[in-house]
Amino acid sequence: MKTRILYGVIIGLFAVLQGCSSSAKNEASTAAAPAGGAPTDEIEKYRAMIADGNPADLYEAAGEDIWKKPMGPKNVSLQKCDLGMGPGVVKGAYTQLPKYFKDTNQVQDLESRLVTCMTKLQGYDANEIIKAGFSKGKRKDLEAVVAYVVAESKGMPINVVAKHPKEKQAYQMGKESFFYQGGPMDFSCASCHASNGKRIRLQDLPNLTEQKGAALGWGYWPAYRVSSGTFWTMQRRLNDCYRQQRFPEPIYISEDTIAVSMYMAVNAKGGTMNAPGLKR
Amino acid sequence: MKNKLSILAFTLLAVAGTVSAATPFEKMMSSSFQAKGQAGLDRLDQDAAQKFCSNPVNLDGGGDPKTREKIQKENMATIKQPSDGKYLGDWKSGEKIAQSGRGATWSDKAGSVNGGGCYNCHQINIKEVSYGNIGPSLWNYGKLRGYSKEVVEYTWNRINNSKAYNVCSNMPRFGHFKLLNEKQMQDVMALLLDPESPVNK
Repeated sequence: MKTRILYGVIIGLFAVLQGCSSSAKNEASTAAAPAGGAPTDEIEKYRAMIADGNPADLYEAAGEDIWKKPMGPKNVSLQKCDLGMGPGVVKGAYTQLPKYFKDTNQVQDLESRLVTCMTKLQGYDANEIIKAGFSKGKRKDLEAVVAYVVAESKGMPINVVAKHPKEKQAYQMGKESFFYQGGPMDFSCASCHASNGKRIRLQDLPNLTEQKGAALGWGYWPAYRVSSGTFWTMQRRLNDCYRQQRFPEPIYISEDTIAVSMYMAVNAKGGTMNAPGLKR
Repeated sequence: MKNKLSILAFTLLAVAGTVSAATPFEKMMSSSFQAKGQAGLDRLDQDAAQKFCSNPVNLDGGGDPKTREKIQKENMATIKQPSDGKYLGDWKSGEKIAQSGRGATWSDKAGSVNGGGCYNCHQINIKEVSYGNIGPSLWNYGKLRGYSKEVVEYTWNRINNSKAYNVCSNMPRFGHFKLLNEKQMQDVMALLLDPESPVNK
């Protein structure tokens, strides 16, 4: 019931925004000299308007239940899952991810770490989660847990460091991947995200190579995405970046996606974790 | 004969050996992606320009000027002038192409018509307030530059293969990678260079 009301509110406000932006557009068209930044101001107003009722809250609540509930072939909960600060510690854990984990001998982001826990503790099949697709099957549960874990770091400073040799390597390879051009449009991440003040249409593009821009990017994802009506994890955000880059599809929790995350997160160090955010 | 064959086999093995000695980065790239829709894994294979411009040092006019020059020349050599000799098509159709950012992703149907996505990065007709700023403003493009043969040919070349002038230009090579067909490029040309186009009012 609560869910329905919330969705109703969101849809209503979305309609209001559309009204705002189209009237702003018409005004600008008739005046023939658009005031710089006016449409982006409208978008900011809209964001502030709906920030109080972020539907990501619903995913957080569901995620907390899933975290605590015994599940899977072994019928245990995720409460013994070690996200890097010891078994079961959730508060602040996301501020330090991705990081190196000794038991897997890998640098892991939150999602790959959750796959490890769901495999080792609960007995799920990792491949099933990797191949499920976003918002589908067991992946859907994982995404809700992501919302819960991330929310437990909301407002805290991002504190990802490349200290272990494998973390340093992930950062370096993430950087190399960030600048790697390919595909029929010659795009890399850097084509859009390596200088200040750039936009695609009216969408601001954070400069992810600098602390300020990286904090704007890393610090506001995962997020509830109004245009698709779903909660998007960082893996899903990256997946859609690569789609628009005209690249082949990044495999879920693949080494590249974690390395690029490491590059962004280390660059963002000192910024605030504002996720789960709310995006257009 | 037998000897020659074994030498050949040995050489082939040696070549295969060097090819498979991938760096950790190459291993990461080849294990992290899967083909989907029209976006095959071959999209990760780089040509000379992509390789050169993947090094941040070479962006924004940096790097070895000789290599830069050489790659630009190679790109220039690939440009075809319009087969019917006409550079300008229909600006109205050009505006539609400039508006559409569709095409070439794994979720676009293979063989469907691509857009130019011009407004993603450029201001063009100022009546469109939703424009990006990665590229320069093209408002009054012809009015400001004139409609000479040089301007027309330069613009045609630039749309076809921007890397012919600036190897690390952010603009996709619309002709080179067949993102737009000849007629579509003629229409976009008209949007910029037809004196009747609203862009030049």
